[in-house]
Amino acid sequence: MSRPAVNSDTDFDVSKPLKGTAGWFDDRFGGARGVRTYLLRKVYPDHWSFLLGEIALYSFIILLLTGTFLSFFFIPSTTEVIYHGSYVKLDGIKMSEAYQSTLRISFDVRGGLLIRQIHHWAADLFVAALTIHMLRVFFTGAYRKPREVNWLIGITLFALALIEGLFGYSLPDDQLSGAGLRIFEGVLQGIPIVGTYLAFFLFGGPFPGHDIVPRMYIIHVLLIPGILLALITAHIFIMFWQKHTQMPAKGNTERNVTGQPSYPYFVAKTSAWFMFIFGALALLATFAQINPIWLYGPYTPVAISSASQPDFYMGILEGSLRVMPAWEWNFLGHTVTFSVLIPFALPLGIILGGAAFWPFFERWATGDKAYHHVNDRPRNAPVRTGVGIAAVVFYGVLWAEGANDVLADFLHIPLYTVTWIARVLTIVGPILAYIITKRICLGLQRKDREDLLHGYESGIIRQLPDGEFIEVHQPVNEERRAVLEAKKVPALLPGPGSEDPNGVPPPSSRGVLGKARAVANRAFAETIPVEADGHGNGHGPEGAGEEHAAVGSAGTPAQLPSGDSSDEDSGSS
Amino acid sequence: MSDMEETAGAEGAGVPAAPHRVIGTPPPSPRLLGSAPVAQEGSETALALVSDQEEFQEHIDGLPPDDPQVIVHGKRAERVVVACFLLTFIAGCGFVAAYVGLGVHTVDKTLRSNLALGLSMSVMFLALGLGALLWVRHLMPNVEVTQQRHDLRSDEKERQATEAYFKEGTANSQFVKRPLVRRTLMLGTLPLLAAPVVLLRDLGPQPGTSLRHTVWSPGRRLLVQGTNQPLTPAQFSAPGSMITIVPDGYEDDQNALTKAAVILIKFRPGELHIPTRHAGSTLVGTMNWTVDNIVAYSKICTHVGCPVALYEQTTHHILCPCHQSTFEATTGATVIFGPAARPLPQLPLTVDSSGYLVAKSDFTEPVGPSFWERG
Repeated sequence: MSRPAVNSDTDFDVSKPLKGTAGWFDDRFGGARGVRTYLLRKVYPDHWSFLLGEIALYSFIILLLTGTFLSFFFIPSTTEVIYHGSYVKLDGIKMSEAYQSTLRISFDVRGGLLIRQIHHWAADLFVAALTIHMLRVFFTGAYRKPREVNWLIGITLFALALIEGLFGYSLPDDQLSGAGLRIFEGVLQGIPIVGTYLAFFLFGGPFPGHDIVPRMYIIHVLLIPGILLALITAHIFIMFWQKHTQMPAKGNTERNVTGQPSYPYFVAKTSAWFMFIFGALALLATFAQINPIWLYGPYTPVAISSASQPDFYMGILEGSLRVMPAWEWNFLGHTVTFSVLIPFALPLGIILGGAAFWPFFERWATGDKAYHHVNDRPRNAPVRTGVGIAAVVFYGVLWAEGANDVLADFLHIPLYTVTWIARVLTIVGPILAYIITKRICLGLQRKDREDLLHGYESGIIRQLPDGEFIEVHQPVNEERRAVLEAKKVPALLPGPGSEDPNGVPPPSSRGVLGKARAVANRAFAETIPVEADGHGNGHGPEGAGEEHAAVGSAGTPAQLPSGDSSDEDSGSS
Repeated sequence: MSDMEETAGAEGAGVPAAPHRVIGTPPPSPRLLGSAPVAQEGSETALALVSDQEEFQEHIDGLPPDDPQVIVHGKRAERVVVACFLLTFIAGCGFVAAYVGLGVHTVDKTLRSNLALGLSMSVMFLALGLGALLWVRHLMPNVEVTQQRHDLRSDEKERQATEAYFKEGTANSQFVKRPLVRRTLMLGTLPLLAAPVVLLRDLGPQPGTSLRHTVWSPGRRLLVQGTNQPLTPAQFSAPGSMITIVPDGYEDDQNALTKAAVILIKFRPGELHIPTRHAGSTLVGTMNWTVDNIVAYSKICTHVGCPVALYEQTTHHILCPCHQSTFEATTGATVIFGPAARPLPQLPLTVDSSGYLVAKSDFTEPVGPSFWERG
């Protein structure tokens, strides 16, 4: 950036940046231009929601750092030992080396407890950040062309993170996680045809055996992190190559990207963000105890504590298992246990599979094959937003049902009632959520149209000479105007009503698929048009801020064009 | 600090006069502090390549750097940033001191060490982050850059040229022309693909019938879990109680206990109404599997294998704490709620010559979660 090249009172000479090391590298690799345009000057749009993915990235880095530390002390073995360590309450108890070494990390390694707790908190934050980041990308339509591949990579990352987390918290071989592992094994057994074999091969024989901890360990510290690292690298590289999306704003177009350059602004800000995340995790690890395995005791298959909860990201699977009725079939002499299979596969299948499928479905339904670099505001895509909220409600109900015993206890209602409510809400909740969200989106679009055409309510009440009170409307400013006008509506594809004079529908809307497409297309294209009622823009800001509407019942909408009075949302009282 | 931003924003050059703003929208460019760099002419930006100028349009909001307001603000911001970095240094020293000075090896000491290390580490990171953030926001000029996007799609000529070259290369490779080479190549690599799967075979033994059996056998004594002592019916005479039982000889064998753990419940006379059960292909009455109104059920839930650890005396309900499958104890542990699809298997009981409770046989059906081969 332009700044005084040499400052006389500085100990940091920047007069010839390429003189030393950087020049040495440029002599050998070239790349001054690439470094300048792709790294130093790369533009980072500024929006709070763009920080969510960074939280996930930095949690992952913190997981790698703290995980490496933990691996110096953890022993992934179920060899039985008698404990004689610092935690005297467990003195003389038989336990696995895995559990013993976790106790050692917690009580005999300086900083061990802190790092262990940072690691666990970071894992929870990682999945939470991934979730919210995915929601942001979904609701703003940032997955659209050309970013579908990165969206799919993101979904893969999320699925891997769940397995990584499950295996991670199962490693200490404590009572709580052992019970979770037993459930995992029970679910595996339920898979038709191959389930029993899968379980026996993974566990090296019947549960629990002695192979699962070392196997989970190598999967947890090498295999999945390796894949995660590769996919994250690809994810970020693709984002770099395609450049960021940006929110609708003045000057933001599909042909540009506006923000602050990487060096020094983004570099400094994102470093600060990393420090904040690390600091926040350290604070949590200091003051908020997590996974106190010494209280749970070593694993034994005959015991369990009530109100056992997995980590939050497993809550949906736990809740799905709890909400499910007891359905089991005998299929030609074989057991097909839907009460396990459906909870295992369906909810996450619907959410993750649906998310993966969605960009292609939307493209098919809207016929939209254009590039999209400017994001949608969620209200301007009511179907997408409605489906997204429906998925959130579906997830949320099952997640809450994962703690149905805690809820029943807390709310003083019978346990079975909670489960029945969840059973109903699992089906009804998403449908209601879709309908309500869509209505809210359209309502917000009406509000936007009002702001655009008639200005916003300034809160200034003025009394006219004849005694009538009016509220003064102000035209929206340029920035706001650009945001409001950025709305894009999918085109109407040929469908019902577009038959030719002989009553023959267009080829694209024939057949079951064609009709389904026409229906979906009409849903996507539903919108509150800004100019359809003949206002044009002439009414807007050029009205010099004198656009107003009557307040109170005495007023009549006489100042508004008559076209408006038939409109359900006219007026602004 | 925010009030300063507000005033600066109101005076800001180039900000359109917008007396009121729509609620919920960001204030018009509030950041003018730290402000603009030196004049463009003769500076290094002027040396930037033309291609850069086409791609990047840079605009800087702000008062001139020699504006008194900017100078005062910059000095104050600098002091705060410096204070943050000094605090980072102090906290970092504190972290090292806490590591060296505070030992662990007891619960109290560990908690003290955790508090000192964690607190100093938190302050270290948070102060460093805060310093960096304030530095950007209050000392660096407010630069905004608009970068042009390029078409992601290659132009048609490039695509055609690539396609043409690929076709030519394929032709040169003779891959299409010589089907025998092509097909034997594919055939040859098939086993190679299967090899990794084959290699996984020794991960574990085949299940065989192992899920159908437990270590219970005729005459094997029931031991009370924890004390590992055998039990006579007279010792277990209080109706309404439930205890966990492990098989004699396998008290600590986790693999065995995963299937063989049992709960023992004592009823009042007349409470039990156990129906018939499948034993192999025949139906048998199982009331004679009980001894003195004591009945033994598998402790392993038929849903996904959690131990069914809760027993409600008054209602005779056995509850699995994992997923709330509920079993009616008086009628053979039949399912009355929840996702479990089958009753808990019942272990046939009798007493041996010494009067201790023993198993009459193994379970007559597989215990635990469902599996495909269960039938």
